[in-house]
Amino acid sequence: MQVRQILTRPRTLACLSLLLLIGIWQLLATILQSNVLPTPFVVTGVLWQEIATGQLPYHLGVTLLRLSVSFSIAMLLGCALGIALGRQQNLDHFFDNWLIIFLNIPALVTIILCYVWMGLVETAAITAVVINKLPNVIVTIREGARALDKDLMEMAQCYHFDKRKTLIHVIWPQLHPYVMGAARSGIALIWKIVLVVELLGRSNGMGYQLNLFFQLFDVASILAYTIAFVATIQLIEIFILKPLDRKALRWRR
Amino acid sequence: MTGVQINISNKTFPATRDAAARHVIANLNLSIASGEFICLVGPSGCGKTSLLNIIADLDQQFDGEIRLGQHQDNPQIGYVFQNPRLLPWRTVRENIELALPSQQSPDIIESLLQSMNLLDVQHVYPERLSLGMSRRVAIVRAFAIDPDILLMDEPFVSLDPPTARQVRALLIKLWSQRPHSILFVTHDLREAITLADRLIFLSASPMTVVSEIPVPIARAQRDDDAAIEQFRNQLISNYPEISSLL
Repeated sequence: MQVRQILTRPRTLACLSLLLLIGIWQLLATILQSNVLPTPFVVTGVLWQEIATGQLPYHLGVTLLRLSVSFSIAMLLGCALGIALGRQQNLDHFFDNWLIIFLNIPALVTIILCYVWMGLVETAAITAVVINKLPNVIVTIREGARALDKDLMEMAQCYHFDKRKTLIHVIWPQLHPYVMGAARSGIALIWKIVLVVELLGRSNGMGYQLNLFFQLFDVASILAYTIAFVATIQLIEIFILKPLDRKALRWRR
Repeated sequence: MTGVQINISNKTFPATRDAAARHVIANLNLSIASGEFICLVGPSGCGKTSLLNIIADLDQQFDGEIRLGQHQDNPQIGYVFQNPRLLPWRTVRENIELALPSQQSPDIIESLLQSMNLLDVQHVYPERLSLGMSRRVAIVRAFAIDPDILLMDEPFVSLDPPTARQVRALLIKLWSQRPHSILFVTHDLREAITLADRLIFLSASPMTVVSEIPVPIARAQRDDDAAIEQFRNQLISNYPEISSLL
């Protein structure tokens, strides 16, 4: 009974599923016996070597820096514009078409155009990522702003809450789930775009390195860098996003 | 504190795609003396909440004038809504503090919470409170701002009778300590007689004043159910038009 209880714990299940994935990978690599799919052991060796030489921390750091700058700009601008569009119907009607257009422009087109118009510079890279993510944030936050509780807004008006008080104590807590949704999907989307941006026009970062490994047909290094990056994003989720969620939702029963 | 004067000549909800225009209020004139407790009694849906929203400045689409106490430019209005409308992500105390005008000291909160037996739950989030407790918090919030007028929109509806009775008693205790002008909406005549100095009966579609009747029962005798019931029966027999409004 005790073993069964341990086995059905969420953490145990998560660990078991990860072990199963590594097991399948090891099995396939053993069957294939090819450079196309190196074993987990080989990939771990490459990962360790890249960390030791400082190559992986450097390129990972550069990519994370681009990710955090573009993510912060997209989230700040997106929240402000999303709230404005959600609260002002005329503004929303005016800019709705713009949003649909920007939502449907392929990421690659934005990246190429930014590099053509601004040159192969850092500003172009960041701008391209922001333009790709911004419409998604605006649409998500706009939905939240449209769904604000009218009763609480009336209460705030009746008790003369000023704009700052209303934003901090009435609007922002209601938008929290939407902001967290936009942040989570934002990180997932932005890091993929950042890699393409780096692949096409930068001389450092994960995207640049992955392009190099692709040309050298070095699958072990590609997998090692991928594992490092996915692990970093997981750590951001565990140590930043989840605690933020817990703190903001502590009032719930 | 000075009195309150309400003159509304017309309030109409414009036609929508699904409904025709609705004439809600016509020639409604009310004056409330300082510290007076008035109960508005009228049938459900007659426009009582619309009237309170106009007084609270939540609805400005009407013809007429509202004169509220001494703060004409920035009147303080305490509004106890049907639903307590507390911010669920702020504690009881924070909910009250947020409603206070910036120049007002929060020292008053402690004694108000004490009067409403809420001191023990001041750091609790509203989701953990019963409906009766949430209503009491909403009442404390309304009293805390030292209002020119206190609007109460059926605040005890959907409470079980013993809880409603207990909260009514606490409200009267609080009001006797801080006698603000109160406009209390209800469709329960017994409740109105228990609480009010004066009853104002309202008709429906469009809403206007039908009768204004002072309650002659002394406050000390309001716990006597028989006296309340006797006055209620007397009202219904003397004013036949009232029974159609209940």
